[in-house]
Amino acid sequence: MNQLANFTKGFIRENPVFVLLLGMCPTLGVTSTAVNGLGMGLATTFVLVCSNIVVALVKNQIPDKVRIPSFIVIIASFVTIVELSMQAFVPALFESLGLFIPLIVVNCIVLGRAEGFASKNNVFSSALDGLGMGLGFAMALTILGSVRELFGNGSFFGMKFLEGDAILIFILPPGAFIVLGYLIAFINKLRKTA
Amino acid sequence: MEYIIILISAIFVSNIVLNQFLGICPFLGVSGKVSTSVGMSGAVLFVMTIATIVTWLIQTYILEPFGITFLQTIFFILVIAALVQMVELVLKKVSPPLYQALGIFLPLITTNCAVLGVAIQTVSKNFNLMEGVVFAIANAIGFGLAMIIFAGLREHINLMKAPAGMKGVPIALVTAGILAMAFMGFSGLV
Repeated sequence: MNQLANFTKGFIRENPVFVLLLGMCPTLGVTSTAVNGLGMGLATTFVLVCSNIVVALVKNQIPDKVRIPSFIVIIASFVTIVELSMQAFVPALFESLGLFIPLIVVNCIVLGRAEGFASKNNVFSSALDGLGMGLGFAMALTILGSVRELFGNGSFFGMKFLEGDAILIFILPPGAFIVLGYLIAFINKLRKTA
Repeated sequence: MEYIIILISAIFVSNIVLNQFLGICPFLGVSGKVSTSVGMSGAVLFVMTIATIVTWLIQTYILEPFGITFLQTIFFILVIAALVQMVELVLKKVSPPLYQALGIFLPLITTNCAVLGVAIQTVSKNFNLMEGVVFAIANAIGFGLAMIIFAGLREHINLMKAPAGMKGVPIALVTAGILAMAFMGFSGLV
C-alpha cells in the first residue's frame, strides 16, 4: 500500500508541474506540440528512475559534504546517455527538443528527488518514486502540449483536422505561459473540491 | 556591428526568459519584490559572464583537442557548480558589501538553467571568446530586464482582486504570458 502511494503520488497529489511547480523551463519550452511534450517527459522519466536507483544504491558510500556534487555527476551521466541515444535513434525529436535535453541536468525535479527521496529510502521505493514522478511530469507536459497543439495548430499528436491557420498565439511563447496558468488554476480547483 | 546585433537580439528579440524559457524558476520564484529581483539579476550577470568565459576555454582547449565533446554536459555543470562556490568565497573575502547584496542568490544560480543554457549556446553557435562574452552579458541583461519588469507587475497584481483559483502562480503566469506578447513586438527588429 505504501509502495503504491510512492508510485501514485506524482500523478496528482504531488504532481511536479501542477503542484510542486518544479521543472518549469522544459515544461514551457518544449510543449508546442504533444509529441515534444511526451518525448521530453519520457526522457526525464528515464533520467529520474536511473538516477534515483543509483543514488539509493550509493547513498551510504558518499560522504555528506560532497553529496550534491556527486548527485549532479550521476544525473549528468544519465543525461549524456539520453542525449546520445536520442541523437542516434530519434534524430527528429532530438532536433526539436534541442537545448532542453542537456538541460535535464539542471531540472530541479531530478536533483530534488535524488536529494529529497532517494538519499533517504531504499532502492525499490526510490525507483517507484522516480517512475511515478517522471510519469506525472510526462503527463503534465503531454496535457499542456496537447492543449497548445489543439488550439494553436488544429491537430492532435500530429493528426491535422483543421484546414489553414488556427489560433497561432497558443504555440508561440506567450501561449505557453497563459495555458499553463489556466491549467494550474484548474488543477487547484480540482484539488480543493476532491 | 556584430556585437550590437548580438546585444539587441539577445536582450529583446529572443529574450532568454520570455522567448527561450530559460531561468523560469528564479523568474517565478524570486520575483515577488523589485529589490530582490535586482539582486538576483546582478548575481546572474556576474556568474553568467564568468561561467561563459570558463566553459568556452574548456570547450576550446580541453574538450575539442582531446575529442571528448560528448562529455560537455558533465564538464559544464560541474564547472558551473564549482565556479559558483568559488565566486561566493572570493566575494566574501574581497567585497563584503557585494556579498551582502548577492550572497543569498548565489547558491540558487547553480540550478539556474539559464547559465548552463547560455554556456552551451555560446559553444554551439561557434562564437569566439569576445562574442561569447557579449552574448552572455546581453542575455544576463535580458534576464534582468524581464525579471525586474515582472517583479514590478507582480507587486501591483498582489494588491488586486483575483478569482480564488487564479491567485498566486496562475495569475502570475498569465501576466508573464502578456509580457511575452509585448516582447514579441520586438521580433523582426534584427
